[in-house]
Amino acid sequence: MNIVVCIKQVPDTKGGVSFKPDGTLDRAAMLAIMNPDDKAGLEAALQLKDQYGAHVTVVTMGLPKADAVLREAMAMGADDAYLVTDRVLGGADTWATSSTLVGAVSKLDYDLVITGRQAIDGDTAQVGPQLSEKLGIPVISYAQEIKIDGEYVEVRRQFEDRYHIVRAKMPCLLTALSELAEPRYMTPGGIIDALAKEVTVWNRVDLKDVEDSNIGLNGSPTKIAKASDKVRKGAGEKVVLDTPEESVEYLIGKLSEKHVI
Amino acid sequence: MALEEYKGVYIYAQQVDNELSTIALELLGEAKKLAADLNTEVGAFLLGSDVRKLADTLAEYGADKIVLIDDPELKDYRTEPYTQALTAAIHEFKPDIMLIGATAIGRDLGPRLAARVHTGLTADCTQLDIGDFPLQAVPGQEQLHNQLLMTRPAFGGNTIATIACPHFRPQMATVRPGVMQKIDPIKDAKANIVEFDAKLEKNDCYTEILKIVKETSQVADISEAKILVSGGRGMGGPENFKILEELAETLGATVSCSRAVVDAGWKPKAMQVGQTGKTVRPHVYFAIGISGAIQHVAGMEESDIIIAINKDENAPIFDVADYGVVGDLNKVVPQLTKRIKETLAAKGA
Repeated sequence: MNIVVCIKQVPDTKGGVSFKPDGTLDRAAMLAIMNPDDKAGLEAALQLKDQYGAHVTVVTMGLPKADAVLREAMAMGADDAYLVTDRVLGGADTWATSSTLVGAVSKLDYDLVITGRQAIDGDTAQVGPQLSEKLGIPVISYAQEIKIDGEYVEVRRQFEDRYHIVRAKMPCLLTALSELAEPRYMTPGGIIDALAKEVTVWNRVDLKDVEDSNIGLNGSPTKIAKASDKVRKGAGEKVVLDTPEESVEYLIGKLSEKHVI
Repeated sequence: MALEEYKGVYIYAQQVDNELSTIALELLGEAKKLAADLNTEVGAFLLGSDVRKLADTLAEYGADKIVLIDDPELKDYRTEPYTQALTAAIHEFKPDIMLIGATAIGRDLGPRLAARVHTGLTADCTQLDIGDFPLQAVPGQEQLHNQLLMTRPAFGGNTIATIACPHFRPQMATVRPGVMQKIDPIKDAKANIVEFDAKLEKNDCYTEILKIVKETSQVADISEAKILVSGGRGMGGPENFKILEELAETLGATVSCSRAVVDAGWKPKAMQVGQTGKTVRPHVYFAIGISGAIQHVAGMEESDIIIAINKDENAPIFDVADYGVVGDLNKVVPQLTKRIKETLAAKGA
């Protein structure tokens, strides 16, 4: 079985977030990490590899420095890695990103394609389903458990108040929730091997059957009209009182003043 | 693509188990506002099996026209038949704007649909306006009017972007539940119901649903609550949520929680507030033992009044709280409940 996992390098918005004095985000202070949902998807692929035997390929589209997340993926156990990078691919929305990834993934062998549900920088959750559409394969989003049954895959698919057990014919694309699998750690041997392995770099010319009109900023149907860092609502009052009784009276006062009680 | 042929503001009227999801009514409210700006009609795409009876509710909440696609294949949501049906409907009815709920269904359906009809899709919008693109006239570039301007947060709610889709139709957006306002229903309003045969074709992208398991039907919908009492990791354990339930009961509130609580297995996902949970904007939000990670704040900062109780004076939740108390929640919360009861009793007397 061949599994292609699409991963993205993202700024870490979870830990170590810092703000500038004007209340906007200090991006320079943020680390670049493998997107958490993607990492869970990779782990799920590696578990399928352990269980059924599989060749796991990781693909990323990004800047040359995204090489780091591919090395990390190989240190976790991915077999090979492709970096799709080119200046003409920059500024892509989800349409153009999925068009680009199709040009890469369609050159590889795959029974399953796994993407994270969403990246923590863009939060759109659109690239996985759009990639599946352009590959012409079924998608099962929000995967929580994956089982292989011959040429079919059975997936526990999460909704708000229920889950479905869904069966699809492979090849199929799954989008992974971060609860799908707890990512394993890199091993020292894995790290050494990963540094020795090749990351294949693909540029624009290496993509298969992709029109210029579908990639990069110009190939993106959506256009940014305006972007700004959000200035957060300022803090209100904060009180440090000596006793719980005083704290409670303070809150009772505010709740009465605002007619909540 | 002849853009001028595309008219009307349409919504995807999500139903589950043949009951309309609240998001459908919220989208109608927003669509009505946009349609008024454009002097056009509000349409709703209603898909399912035996769902015609839902049409009256859609009409009461603002739909002028309802495109009904009723087919046994559409009984439960599956990506491919729903995408086929809506693609055919978009080609037939040519909406200028198409709004979809950013639910577990909409966030699967929206991108697949946008990819099939080749248009842009903006996820998780928090504000929609009609305006010009570019916003200000730029020499040498045509300024387009009556465009949908879609505003959304990114970077965990730390940046705000306004996005347009100037050259493709429909202009598509997903909107999270709880963000837009439904209108007061107009009694006995009727819409023009158009039955549409989408001519579905089975293919290899059809999936089979082997089992449907409902998990949390006993959990109240936190996005509907006027007052939320929300607990975080600082609660220490699931048993301690009892003091929050007591506070909530006193106020007629609903209990919710942070992601840490769900990750620890203390409470179900349906109760989670935040970026990967639900967006809420109650009148009053109590953040109790919640540190206030930005992903959490992104899901609740639009609440009218935010009250935080936390023992850590430096917890970021105090940066968004209107009223913050530094203290031991185990002491403060039970006493607060008691005092609220007394106060309400005194007022009632």
